[in-house]
Amino acid sequence: MTAKTDLQGTVALVTGATGGIGRATVAALAEAGAQVIATDIGVQAQVDGAASYAPLDVTSEAAWADVMARIEQDYGRLDILVNNAGISVTNSVAATSLAEFRKCFAINVEGVFLGTRAAQSLLARSGAEREGGSSIINLSSVGGLRGAPMMSTYCASKGAVKLFSKSAALEFAALKLPIRVNSVHPGGIETEMMDTIFARYVDEGLFADLDAARAAVSAGHAMSRMGQPREIAEGIAFLASPAASFMTGSELVIDGGMTAR
Amino acid sequence: MAGRLEGRLEGRIALVSGGLRGIGKAICDCLEADGAVVYATDLDAPDSEAARAAAHYIQLDATSEDAWIAARAQVEQDFGRLDILVNNVGADLTGKVQDLALADWRRLITLNLDTVFLGTKTFQPLLAKAGASTPYGSSIVNISSIMGLVGMGEVSAYNASKGGVRLFTKSNALEFADAGVPIRVNSVHPGFVETPLLRKGFENWAAREGTTADAMIEAMAQTTPFKRLAQPVEIGKVVAFLASDDASYMTGSEVVVDGGWTAR
Repeated sequence: MTAKTDLQGTVALVTGATGGIGRATVAALAEAGAQVIATDIGVQAQVDGAASYAPLDVTSEAAWADVMARIEQDYGRLDILVNNAGISVTNSVAATSLAEFRKCFAINVEGVFLGTRAAQSLLARSGAEREGGSSIINLSSVGGLRGAPMMSTYCASKGAVKLFSKSAALEFAALKLPIRVNSVHPGGIETEMMDTIFARYVDEGLFADLDAARAAVSAGHAMSRMGQPREIAEGIAFLASPAASFMTGSELVIDGGMTAR
Repeated sequence: MAGRLEGRLEGRIALVSGGLRGIGKAICDCLEADGAVVYATDLDAPDSEAARAAAHYIQLDATSEDAWIAARAQVEQDFGRLDILVNNVGADLTGKVQDLALADWRRLITLNLDTVFLGTKTFQPLLAKAGASTPYGSSIVNISSIMGLVGMGEVSAYNASKGGVRLFTKSNALEFADAGVPIRVNSVHPGFVETPLLRKGFENWAAREGTTADAMIEAMAQTTPFKRLAQPVEIGKVVAFLASDDASYMTGSEVVVDGGWTAR
């Protein structure tokens, strides 16, 4: 577990905070001492460990402006932005509609762009006062590193997140803005999103049933198991902390050995 | 790291090769700060000032299999287990391929790559034993470099050795995972770090180029997006993360700590 004091005095915003990785991330950041604003698409939600909840559609510029104004007013600072909100698309190229493709990019990619742009000035100001600067953590995926059948839309979006992160990291460094930017690349994690993907695999006839899909995905990891949300959240908390002060533009792969092959 | 309320490595036993100075020393300090019992190994005589400053010290020529076996015997006798092995020892070598002597090439590969193989091979049984009694297994961290990811002119031997460390790490991670051996294996890839080794390397290079080490180090800082070198502690803290249960789902991964150098 991350040391209890590493994030004392910091303020963090987590998008997609009611999903599996989102909830675990809020808890891990809060346990390390951060005040966490949990956000998601719903009007209200209970997220354990969060200092507050705010509704946020990450595809809306106006919603980002609202939530940043509220954070500035209520907390006066922002040290950590976790662009975690995302959806999966599991479909063949032939059957994917343009609307489906664009929706995935709106949430997974435009959401990261809009969040980064909206939070930049407050992150820069807070980062100047803190050891290791402030930190943006963007959730990519092993799907941003490798391809997979029926995952072309999702993989394209996560590949975009990976390289957006590196470019933003270099831009902020060149501008001497004290904001580090890194991406996290989970393997298959025990979440509702993975359950949705398994169901789609079965629909598409890739596996006979959910158990077969789960068994195959588990076996695809060298550790022969899927990850727990908490195992991703600890990596995010590490990148958010001063322990990662020389890390920017890096990819933290947390995948039970999947991409080592 | 100020004011830890709890040690996430409490009760863990660690060994860091090349642990008396530079990055190795910082790794020892960070592991100890998290509560681990840490053996530093190095070439220094046990009564040297640096060795006496270490909490636990084993004199070890990391290129010698016999020396590794003797070190294992000592750790086994003291604690009967090892939770964390950091294969950190290494050296550098610069120069044109045409000018490199085979003996110098072999010496560098021996220092940077044989040492990782020997440390891993020798300590695998003690690591597996410790890993079986902890919830998320034990951890090997191999110190590669950004020079194990990208090339640089006149750094061929070092590039080759660190690239070797990168893929040895992945193969080893898969071997252990496939066999159910509870040891995670990951590599760390520092950028340019302000260490005695870096300065010495630049002094040698500068002498050939007719410039100064300071000028070359400053130029290196300016070519890093962060416009500075890393401090050893910034590597040590990353190693402590990988050594801990916080990285329980990480194996075969490469963690790049380079101030943005390879993001370009």
